[in-house]
Amino acid sequence: MKVLVCIKQVPDMESKFKVNAQNNWFDENDLAYRINEYDEYAIEQAVQLKEQLSDVDVTVLCVGPARVKEAIKKALAMGCDRAVHIEDTESYIKDSSQVASLIADFAKDKSYDIIFTGMQSQDRGSAQVGVIVSELLNIACVSTIADFEYNEGITVKRELEGGLKSIIKVDTPVVLTCQLGLNTPRYPTLPNIMKAKKKELITIDSLELSSSDSLNETLNFYYPQKSGGSLILEGDVPELADKLIAILKEKTSVL
Amino acid sequence: MKILLVGEYRENKLLDVTYDLIGFADKLEADKVMLAVGYEEDIPKFDGKLYLADAKALGEYNPSAHKQLVLDVVEKENPDLIVFIHSSFGWDLAPRVATSLKATQFTEVIDYKDNSFIVPSCNSKLRRELKSKTAKTVITIQAGAFTPLTEALGTPEIENISSDASSNVNFVAYEEAEEKGLDLTKAEIIVTAGRGVGKKDNIPIIQALADKLGGELGASRPVADNAWVDQSHQVGTTGQTVSPKLYIACGVSGAIQHLAGMKKSEFIVAVNTDKDAPINEVADILVVADVLQFVPALTSKLS
Repeated sequence: MKVLVCIKQVPDMESKFKVNAQNNWFDENDLAYRINEYDEYAIEQAVQLKEQLSDVDVTVLCVGPARVKEAIKKALAMGCDRAVHIEDTESYIKDSSQVASLIADFAKDKSYDIIFTGMQSQDRGSAQVGVIVSELLNIACVSTIADFEYNEGITVKRELEGGLKSIIKVDTPVVLTCQLGLNTPRYPTLPNIMKAKKKELITIDSLELSSSDSLNETLNFYYPQKSGGSLILEGDVPELADKLIAILKEKTSVL
Repeated sequence: MKILLVGEYRENKLLDVTYDLIGFADKLEADKVMLAVGYEEDIPKFDGKLYLADAKALGEYNPSAHKQLVLDVVEKENPDLIVFIHSSFGWDLAPRVATSLKATQFTEVIDYKDNSFIVPSCNSKLRRELKSKTAKTVITIQAGAFTPLTEALGTPEIENISSDASSNVNFVAYEEAEEKGLDLTKAEIIVTAGRGVGKKDNIPIIQALADKLGGELGASRPVADNAWVDQSHQVGTTGQTVSPKLYIACGVSGAIQHLAGMKKSEFIVAVNTDKDAPINEVADILVVADVLQFVPALTSKLS
């Protein structure tokens, strides 16, 4: 069985973001990067499937500039077999349909049985790329899976709202987008980090793949104005506690 | 401007969020057409045209069939905008429709002005203002961002439609949440642990404050996913929606799904070292401090 895992590298969301000079994205300098959290669940599910069945080959794919190789190496150390880096220094201004086009063009003649990806990225949050890949490849897609079981066919649970899930059966080929909590992503062990260095990692220039023009443009990227309602308390911890208690006594009926 | 609103039904019932679609169309003062899979006995109230597909014949959400219905109505009505709620239904179906129409899609729209759409970015810390370059635009709107200003009234003119598109995914059944256990909706005080609490071993610090205040322990999604706290304590879209008199968010960044579940709390205190965290937008008070130092100090002062 051939499995593709599509991942993205994103900044740590605790970062102090600065808006770039074009006002269309954040300044990429001085940020710590990591694998998009949702995609870690996708990697883990692919590796677990490999551990369950004997004949699974897992390729991890990432679109982005040179720095994304770090994310790819971690995915290899988590257990993916080989990697593809679609090098693209402009990926940050590409819209979801353009990124999906690159992935679909790469995947179209490779006969992947399952394509795993996160349900959304933490920076863009479009939740579109995986679904568009399935549409472009004309294969099935189940989004937001919170449970996965392979037993000849595939049974997944989609997370809906308010604690409800839907149970869905689907055959390969299929794109599955992963929700948080699907599994427990592993930490790479030192021996596996060493092994990962020997695994195949090919780089393809995005210009070699077909991609459409952007369907939209970013006019502005900015911090929202504070609503102004909140009172900010700063300083020495014991004093802060006293101040908060005084405010809660005055403003609420619970103390 | 003409807008096609795609309504949501589940388990034979019209979902209340469908009225957010009407609120959005009213904000734009646009002509409304709606598509829904449902029953004539349970149709949304609005003035306009409703394309209704029979839920008994179609069953629950089926991506191929629903996509075909939307595309058929788009062909008949030629709308400028096709609008979904940002929900498990909307974010699954919208990209399928947009790809078929070669239209752009904007996800989780929270505002609209001068033909541009505002969406959150970077876990809602920042905003992007986007403009479509395609003839039609598909969007999902954030639930709660466009609630109707007045009660929706009117009786739509109904046209029945159907789809026979076969699906390559097969719905089997719904699964309800396991034993709910804890009912946070009636709690007067909730003290919630977020990812900033750091590890499972630190949860007793948050629990101690909740106990001291006579309240309940809440959890954000990562805390529940990591099993630091049982899932039954989770607050947010996929957990419980709460409205206590006092909500203390400890190390909670404030992802949109979490805010949607707690922003109706009467008084909100956020304890966080990050002044840009989205939780601060809904908080009445932001205590800028390390949770692990501040929370024990507060607990002991309350003695």
